[in-house]
Amino acid sequence: MRFERRERPSRALSVLAPLGAIVAALLVAGVLIAIAGANPLTAYALILDGAFGSRLGFSETLTRTTPLILTGLAAAVAFRARVWNIGGEGQFYLGALAVAAIGMVPALAGLPSPLAILVCAAAGAAAGMVLLLVPLGLRLRFGVDEVVTTLLLNFVAVLFVSLMIEGPMKDPLAFGWPQSVPIPDNAILPTLMDRTRLHAGLLIALALAVAVWWVQARSVFGLGARAAGLSPRAAAFAGVPLARTLLLVGCLSGGLAGLAGAVEVMGVKAYVTTDLSPNYGYSGIVIAMLANLNPLGVIAAALFSAVMFVGADSMSRALSIPSYIADVTVALSLLTMLVAIFLTQYRIRR
Amino acid sequence: MTRVLELRGITKRFGAVTANEDVSLHLDQGEIVALLGENGAGKTTLMSILFGHYTADAGTVRVDGAELPPGRSRAAIQAGVGMVHQHFALAPNLSVLDNIVTGTEPLWRPVSRRSAARAKLAGLMDRFGLTVDPDSLVADLSVGECQRVEILKALYNDARILILDEPTAVLTTQEAERLFATLREMTGQGLSLIFISHKLNEVMAAADRVVVLRGGRVVAERATEATSKDELAELMVGRRVERPRRPPATPGPVVLEARDLRLSGRGGASLNGVSFALRSGETLGIIGVSGNGQTTLAGLVSGLYAPDSGALLVKGREITRHAVPDAIAAGIGRIPEDRHAEGAIGDLSLWENAVLERIWSPEFSRRGLVRRRAARAATAEIIRGYDVRGAGVDSRIRLLSGGNMQKLILGRALSADPDILVAAQPSRGLDEGAIAAVHARLLEARARGAGVLLISEDLDEVLALSDRVRAIVGGRLSPAIPSDDADARRLGLMMAGDWAAAGEDAHAV
Repeated sequence: MRFERRERPSRALSVLAPLGAIVAALLVAGVLIAIAGANPLTAYALILDGAFGSRLGFSETLTRTTPLILTGLAAAVAFRARVWNIGGEGQFYLGALAVAAIGMVPALAGLPSPLAILVCAAAGAAAGMVLLLVPLGLRLRFGVDEVVTTLLLNFVAVLFVSLMIEGPMKDPLAFGWPQSVPIPDNAILPTLMDRTRLHAGLLIALALAVAVWWVQARSVFGLGARAAGLSPRAAAFAGVPLARTLLLVGCLSGGLAGLAGAVEVMGVKAYVTTDLSPNYGYSGIVIAMLANLNPLGVIAAALFSAVMFVGADSMSRALSIPSYIADVTVALSLLTMLVAIFLTQYRIRR
Repeated sequence: MTRVLELRGITKRFGAVTANEDVSLHLDQGEIVALLGENGAGKTTLMSILFGHYTADAGTVRVDGAELPPGRSRAAIQAGVGMVHQHFALAPNLSVLDNIVTGTEPLWRPVSRRSAARAKLAGLMDRFGLTVDPDSLVADLSVGECQRVEILKALYNDARILILDEPTAVLTTQEAERLFATLREMTGQGLSLIFISHKLNEVMAAADRVVVLRGGRVVAERATEATSKDELAELMVGRRVERPRRPPATPGPVVLEARDLRLSGRGGASLNGVSFALRSGETLGIIGVSGNGQTTLAGLVSGLYAPDSGALLVKGREITRHAVPDAIAAGIGRIPEDRHAEGAIGDLSLWENAVLERIWSPEFSRRGLVRRRAARAATAEIIRGYDVRGAGVDSRIRLLSGGNMQKLILGRALSADPDILVAAQPSRGLDEGAIAAVHARLLEARARGAGVLLISEDLDEVLALSDRVRAIVGGRLSPAIPSDDADARRLGLMMAGDWAAAGEDAHAV
């Protein structure tokens, strides 16, 4: 058996591949559900019902989709230019912490709400940028592998957040729990549905996904970033300013991940804890890969991931199947997606 | 003579494309057969079938009269067939000895029998005059040495039939000559060889017999002494191909002047004081053994590097910012040395590749956005004007053959009507038809009044296209000689750095 490169990968195939991958992942996960003693079809029906079947489930699914779109975009834009930003988790937390810090400034409460939200969003994005620009600068200047530095900075960032919310930023009214002082009400994002947690961050995330897609497809910067990712040598020969392009990619990627943290604080919690993110930063990497790095695909992949997590919670209550099946399914879908992407580019020959 | 190898009726299709159709050929012991054909004629497919990488749709392969099972490389190796690939399959982080022994020992043997391997290898080196230090890392070897390791690897597996795929593609002239001497030595000792090539010179020089492949079929078979280069060229291409001739030059004012350019540490070999002047309407050829600074010089003029000292003047004005957009804006068109690594980005479309180097111009972008319609139209124009075949404006450029990719790169550089054209190895790896097309374009640019800086290792090309020739040696340029006075001996002396002997009547410019 051997693999032969497809000279002309078909368009239909690249659309069908992610769907096939998800179906394959669900089939494999179905076997695991059956081993755990439940009917896989019932389980999947319950997952769908949990994610969409009620007003609360539906709103929770979309609330969970929001940060995943943003961290997914952060990974997708970076990976397109072969900047391996594995630090989405740390950038998410630093973005969240920046919002909490700005929230402690008394002047913020005096601003009109849209302006306060804008200031907080900008602070969160800037914090994420800074956390990525450091390792990226080290790579461009000294050739330090950013996979290692961005990954390890995640732990530094989370511990730094922990230090701050146990210390100078600790909320004195939280009965001793380690959490930051809540941000003022005028910096809270408006809700989209009454009596749910669904907030306007979803609209921001959707708009940014479209904007990122448009920039990548249509702008000079997007073309340069793709060229730099595919072949740095040829891009340099064509005059693409490599360092500047990659730094801009870093700003975009770190900014999106930081914004994800900021939006989560402004939309859901109003304060920072060390369990603010159930691995949103890492999930972003999976989502970007599931989406084949396409910014619009990120929306669908983030939704799929959110459905699995929200749905699995209620399914596990009904069937007493561990809700870890959501993690397993999403992880499996990443593996099947990698195989599917490979098969869109190669064919199997005997 | 014993027949060691026979291919009979080999047919191989890939989808709708027929790569080989009813191909038969044979090889006798002690013989060198050249498999001649243009890129895409089916040479490599045929050899891959022989070596078991592909399975033929029809036909048989026999080694020493015994049929080989299809699709099994191991069977081919055991039958004594060795293959030396065009792109070396060596691990750069391992030593020569490790590279050669790897794969020859069973995995479950606890200790590698190194001293026996070393002795066998030493014996092979001695027998065929292929010397390489077995303990040096492959990463430290020159290209010629890597090829010797590849050949030794095949010989170590007791190959008696050796297939060499475009063995000279990456070699300098001297290394190629040395290789052919080695091949003779090997046939003298009873080995039989097939080498794949599209270069007429080396086929005539090295082979006993030539099999010409065109469009997947054998179109002719000739004994080398009973044929000529012209006949082979015609058989290979299917029509009479002549490289265009150079009309007399009408040099104008100086368009590009280099004054004592020095550069070290970037772009490969250093430049140690390069000065030259290039006039409008003339071609200055720069020859040299690779690694003497020609890549650096091409990169510097192309805007990739700034010199440490010295000046580069375009039409009398000094270039102060050494960057690609500035070079292009100053009127410099650029043909890179390595079209796959520098000239094109395989997974981008033709139009993206065609406009990327001028994306900053108002023609192709406005307010940071790509003007896609204009870019596509300009690319379609290049495709039409330069006869680029094999893919459309929106296809990925990796679908193009080398010759068509080079035509697109030429079109991209020339469509801006540059005053200066830097062409580095413009026909490397191209077949006869494509070379003729590239040469015609370079002469056309010169006739239009561009100054052409031609940097090439192919002496025939330099003599055919250049008005004056200089050699680059150790980062310095020899005095120029008119190409009409040049002959192989004189150019050889120039490239060796013996400028006094080469230029009794040379005049510096």
